[in-house]
Amino acid sequence: MNIEQLDFYTQAILSLAALVGLTSFLMLGQGRLLRLIFVFAVQGFLLALTTAAAAYSLSNYHLYISAALTLVLKVILIPWMLRRQVLKMNMHRDVEALSNNTAVMLGGASLMLFSYYILHPIVQTSSLVMLNALAVSLSVMLLGMLLMISHRQAVAHVVGFMSIENGLFFAAIVATHGMPMVVELGVAFDVLVAAVLFGIFFLHIRTSIDSLDVDLLNRLSEVDK
Amino acid sequence: MNWLLAMSQTVLFVALAPLLAGWIKCCKCRLQNRKAPSLFQPYRDLLKLTRKQPVVSDQASWIFTISPYIIFSAMVLAASIVPLIAVDLPTSASADVIVLIGFFSFARFFLALAGLDIGTAFGGMGSSREMTISTLAEPAMLMGIFALTMSASTTNLSLAIDFVLDEGLVLRPSFIFALLSLMLVAIAETGRIPVDNPATHLELTMIHEAMILEYSGRHLALIEWASQLKLMLYGVLIANIFFPWGIAERITPGDLGYGLLFIIGKLAFLSILLALSETLFAKMRLFRVQEYLSFAYLLGLLGMLSHIILEGAR
Amino acid sequence: MIAAYLVLLIPLTGMAFFALAGHRADSGAWNIRLNAVNLIATLWLAINVLREGTILSAGKAFLIDPFNVYLIVLTAFVGLTTAIFSAPYMAHEMETGRLNDARLKLYHAMYQGFMLSMYLVLTTNNMGILWVAMEGATLATVLLVSLYRTPESVEAAWKYFILCGVGIAQALFGTILLYYAAEQIGSEENALLWSVLYENADKLNPEVLKIAFVFLLIGYGTKIGLVPLHNWLPDAHSEGPTPMSAVLSGLLLNDALYAVVRNKMLVDGATQSDMAGFLMMGFGLLSFLVGALFLHRQKDIKRLFSYSSIEHMGMMTFAFGIGGPLATFAALLHMTVHSLTKSAIFVTVGHASQLAGTQNMEKIRGLIKTQPAIGWGLLIGTVSIAGFPPFGVFTSEFLVLLATMRSYPWLAPLLLLGIGIAFAGLFRHIQPIVYGDRPEGQQPIKANLWPVMIHLGLVLWLGLAIPGFLADWFSQATLLISGSAP
Repeated sequence: MNIEQLDFYTQAILSLAALVGLTSFLMLGQGRLLRLIFVFAVQGFLLALTTAAAAYSLSNYHLYISAALTLVLKVILIPWMLRRQVLKMNMHRDVEALSNNTAVMLGGASLMLFSYYILHPIVQTSSLVMLNALAVSLSVMLLGMLLMISHRQAVAHVVGFMSIENGLFFAAIVATHGMPMVVELGVAFDVLVAAVLFGIFFLHIRTSIDSLDVDLLNRLSEVDK
Repeated sequence: MNWLLAMSQTVLFVALAPLLAGWIKCCKCRLQNRKAPSLFQPYRDLLKLTRKQPVVSDQASWIFTISPYIIFSAMVLAASIVPLIAVDLPTSASADVIVLIGFFSFARFFLALAGLDIGTAFGGMGSSREMTISTLAEPAMLMGIFALTMSASTTNLSLAIDFVLDEGLVLRPSFIFALLSLMLVAIAETGRIPVDNPATHLELTMIHEAMILEYSGRHLALIEWASQLKLMLYGVLIANIFFPWGIAERITPGDLGYGLLFIIGKLAFLSILLALSETLFAKMRLFRVQEYLSFAYLLGLLGMLSHIILEGAR
Repeated sequence: MIAAYLVLLIPLTGMAFFALAGHRADSGAWNIRLNAVNLIATLWLAINVLREGTILSAGKAFLIDPFNVYLIVLTAFVGLTTAIFSAPYMAHEMETGRLNDARLKLYHAMYQGFMLSMYLVLTTNNMGILWVAMEGATLATVLLVSLYRTPESVEAAWKYFILCGVGIAQALFGTILLYYAAEQIGSEENALLWSVLYENADKLNPEVLKIAFVFLLIGYGTKIGLVPLHNWLPDAHSEGPTPMSAVLSGLLLNDALYAVVRNKMLVDGATQSDMAGFLMMGFGLLSFLVGALFLHRQKDIKRLFSYSSIEHMGMMTFAFGIGGPLATFAALLHMTVHSLTKSAIFVTVGHASQLAGTQNMEKIRGLIKTQPAIGWGLLIGTVSIAGFPPFGVFTSEFLVLLATMRSYPWLAPLLLLGIGIAFAGLFRHIQPIVYGDRPEGQQPIKANLWPVMIHLGLVLWLGLAIPGFLADWFSQATLLISGSAP
């Protein structure tokens, strides 16, 4: 089955998948925190849109709930919280110099290829075209990790962490049309609690090292100093 | 008959190019609350330049004098193969994207040589910058085009347009990326803001203008015309590949008329977009151009990846 | 079945109670009482299971079989003894001014929250809820690791949070793939229920499950502390309050391993190959050897024993990876004795560091001379964890070796080498700590060593003779996991 034979919703979902992947790349190359948070919110919005499109085309109504959950958590609540932190810390003028940006980007592209490669056997097991987006969801996860590795700000780490969760939600939608409701609610609850905990942590880190640069968290190490 | 049509299409292409430049200038002026010059001002400029006697430095070699002709004819040749108002013309057999890029780099090569030839500081600087940017832009452009041609499974422009027309409206992730990537590359290659500013003669920032600083008279007219042609070529490429609807598939006067109207409409719209982005964004530092172009490359790469990953046939 | 609900309800009410009531002078005592009641509930549950076999709750939400019920009892037991230790320990921390009321309220509420998520991990039948509870355990403990609010502890907690959060995300991806495979065979309604998956394991698509298992192993493996995903573990153990180190080492690591083994059972059923086992053996052996080697480089006493935890978790993972009844039996036994011994050791280590006022091993000296109970406790605990007869760790390690000799004899020398290295690594540090002269001004402290004695006594008992009912119990679990009795 080729893409031109699919219905419009599946095409839209695939295109949105590609755009979600793009937002991950945009986050990877973003040195300004406020823009990073904005791109993260955009990613959440695209995700909510995808979920809603999937809910409509599969007429699976509980997906609407997870779309709403994504919208509230990932587009409004968490970006708002992070934004407030950044403004309060007066970090919105700082630009983080990203070393090796091009290498990180190319690394990201190869991670995408890598996730395609490892998930290929799974994608082959079904004739469902939507499953193609599974590789994108895994690469969103891996790119989230790369984001955490390449950035030093704690806020950026939280964004990376949350975008990993975005990748997971996305995987759940494209592979299984959403997990069972109880699991989905549980995961959303965990994300919410994690978000609150991150807020508390910002406070703790700030009081302990007077900055949110996690590279300064380097007291514990295996190497003798 | 068809050959005649192909020739007249080329002539039309070449004749319309200054008009497009005038229209963009017009849009920009309006957006910036300035009084716009006439739409036909570029024609007047060209005419004025051809009447003037060219001044050639006594240090210049034959390359300097021959370059404008080479550049202009390369652009005219390129214009002759790009489908403007009709597909399936006899020229379409050679309407290959790679050929097109070949023409562009041929022209750029001579432009850079000419910049170096007279030995002024600006010429050399402009050439070096131009070559730097084009080496970065070319992979991005090829990547974008490959993303496109992988879906169409041809690099022939005419066939690719036919493919898109046959398929109808399909939302292809790879096309979205290819479109974005090609737009970015087009801006870089035609020397528009934010990569280069066509209206500036400030030493530190100019790229294209630096190379042609020593030209005058009809030589300058040819080079200006060639760069207007290049801008139009990119516009037509983007308009006709991604949104080919309206292009004449049959050679009847009615279809051709529609084709002409449609392409004028599409180009006018793209120009407004370009004018808008030129108004909104400031020119970036030269050293940031590589980030810009690597982003374009990334988009092309993502287009190709999403073609493989998301559009895989089952 | 009521017992199972009770096991979950008690910590839930406990958490709510501590969170709402705030810190009181008798919070520690209440913590002990709650855990004691829960131990009784779990014993009741265990008796039910031993009599009637596997229990599946109505709606199939909970599943209690011989494998998890023994872990539930172990959890409740270690939870109780650690609570007994924690009450005076926390009071002492309060006296020295390292903690205040608000933090102790958080501590007690989260202690119960952690117990709740542990019980939920063990009792649930739903692989998705298993993940949620596992993540919940991280969330409950992460603020406890940074309880002292020192820069080091905040750093350790941040590392713990990020690494475990990112790691466990992989496990959710694996779970999603598992769900996908289950949906393909058409059991949409209950597709994530372990009991349903297990019945249909042979129909699940092996290709999907193979990839899913890699993600699950990486995800839950981060929590087990498998090398190279172990970096959070020594930090979190060394910087958090000692009762937390005891339950993390004694319970959390076990439960993560439990999650991996549950998934392995599904994957083995689907793929009919040793692929999952080989992966676990590889990771397990690596962790075992790296953990043993790193013991030598430590300066902090709690870090030392957390590397020992990595080493032992590696050995258990290795043993479960071998499969087979003997190795599985050994791994189950090792899980028990390691939990008991390690939490006992952390309790004594906690006292020892309170005594010396530092966790730096070069500064802790002359324990036996200062306070013999703590000194001997630490020494016997170390002897036990190093695998000396007649303690239970010796028995289980011996069984693991035996199983290795039977299945993969060429790996046995590596195991022996690792045990030797670990032994040397532990004793070069512990020997001067317990013996040696008493430093100036070191005074005995008020310590509650009952938990240590009970734990070590049990380990000794398990080493000398495994009681019949317990052996029977392990055999049932082994039968369930490996398919045949030892």
